[in-house]
Amino acid sequence: MALINFLKPKNQLEEGGRSAALVQRDEGEPEKKCPNCHKDIPLSRLWANRLVCPCGYHFRMKARQRMKMLVDKDSFQELFAGMKAGNPLNFPGYRDKAENIRAASGEEEAVICGTAEIGRQSCCLFIMEPYFMMGSMGSAVGEKITSLFEYAQKQRLPVVGFTVSGGARMQEGLLSLMQMAKTSAAVKRHSDAGLLYLAVLTDPTTGGVTASFAMEADIILAEPGATVGFAGTRVIEQTTKKSLPKGFQKSEFVLEHGFVDAIVSRLNQRKMLAEILKMHNGG
Amino acid sequence: MSLIPYNRVKLARDSERPTGLDYIKNIFRGFMEFHGDRRFADDHAIIGGIARLNGHPVTVIAIEKGHTAKERTYRNFGAAHPEGYRKALRLMKQAEKFGRPIICFVDTSGAYCGIGAEERGQGQAIAENLMEMSTLCVPVISILIGEGGSGGALGLAVADRVWMLQNAVYSVISPEGCASILWKDASKAEAAAARLKLTAEDAKSLGVIERILSEDDIGKKEFYERIRTLLAEELSELSNDLDLVGKRYERFRRIGADVVNK
Repeated sequence: MALINFLKPKNQLEEGGRSAALVQRDEGEPEKKCPNCHKDIPLSRLWANRLVCPCGYHFRMKARQRMKMLVDKDSFQELFAGMKAGNPLNFPGYRDKAENIRAASGEEEAVICGTAEIGRQSCCLFIMEPYFMMGSMGSAVGEKITSLFEYAQKQRLPVVGFTVSGGARMQEGLLSLMQMAKTSAAVKRHSDAGLLYLAVLTDPTTGGVTASFAMEADIILAEPGATVGFAGTRVIEQTTKKSLPKGFQKSEFVLEHGFVDAIVSRLNQRKMLAEILKMHNGG
Repeated sequence: MSLIPYNRVKLARDSERPTGLDYIKNIFRGFMEFHGDRRFADDHAIIGGIARLNGHPVTVIAIEKGHTAKERTYRNFGAAHPEGYRKALRLMKQAEKFGRPIICFVDTSGAYCGIGAEERGQGQAIAENLMEMSTLCVPVISILIGEGGSGGALGLAVADRVWMLQNAVYSVISPEGCASILWKDASKAEAAAARLKLTAEDAKSLGVIERILSEDDIGKKEFYERIRTLLAEELSELSNDLDLVGKRYERFRRIGADVVNK
């Protein structure tokens, strides 16, 4: 037993894997079926490989695990951690739903923000949380991202942002919609100050987040196979009464149409981000 | 007049209601329409050009739904493709260059959801408008005259002043869409409409709009004259503001900030 422990890779992600909520709950089950190659992959192997299947399929990942995988050890200083929205429109069921998700996910909201170093390059970082109402943007997400760009501008830091979102958060109505304008204005100010904003689009990046800060970066990267689009596929099928082309709205399709700069595997992101940050050092 | 929110939605969608072109014809003089986004095509759902407001040159942009079945088809029912948003931005940048104020009339169920629209970057087109409109150094006034459907409406509404017709609606999602997501039943749209707080009064109390325009005399000469006077007054005030862009930033910056626990 001791020998097995010794041989096991010392990987922070393993801890993340064990404690993760929702999909990674199956502690007694050491394997996970890949929806792409349909093989059962041992969880420990997946975790050692940043939740990328040997076939290349990228599993969804919690924001905090992604952060640990990405930044220099202990360099992440969280900002605006306590920001969370109430139920401004008294939307039925919203408060309970949000509180249940808070308890299950350990996150207050659908994005984490902070400062960090990636390959010894300082930056502001935001990572959206797929396990919090699918990264939907309400007032708190908008406020956190806006505050981060404002902070980055004051400190003259670049912003690195990982997006994942089903879009604007319906339960906060117009207030959610307005966060698209608010975040965009903050991105513009940061940009006009000559500072770099780098976005990495992960699965799925859609709706109001695509139509605001996800598509406003100087450099836009995407994870392989991520869904990136504005409208949902079901809505498009209903509207057009046409079947959708193969690979529609996948990051490879979006690259082909000219809306992302490059597709980068999770295994290479850290190195590439560090190099891009280094090349923009001081700006 | 007190209507349940879903009846407002029906009124806002009524094909008899004045459309963008009706406002342009009746409020301005000498409208010249300018076409195309200079990149791909001319979108028929968004029209734009230059005109005079009480003698002063302005840039006018409107989402046009059309009245008759033929017109509505031609206008794609007011659902713009990315080219529409790019044309609008081109005309807004032109207005900025020549110091003309910008007036937008918004009336859409949403940006078009189609294969071509996705291929040509619907999300990117709207995102760019939001970003660029936030720093235009000329006054911008947007008026929601019917449906204010989500990002497709906001793409022409990052303005110094946003006004709404009394029975216009402004929403993050259509009541039908909301009902089908929440209750898997689009027929519960009436209940969803009430929850979404999408009426002009709601938008005003949320701090999203500045003014509600009465519809008592909608479509009549006095109706358009009243809007013309209001626009002229507001533009003369905004034109003298030396911190226009800073105030526009603050206008959107504060929305939602007060509902977040920090």
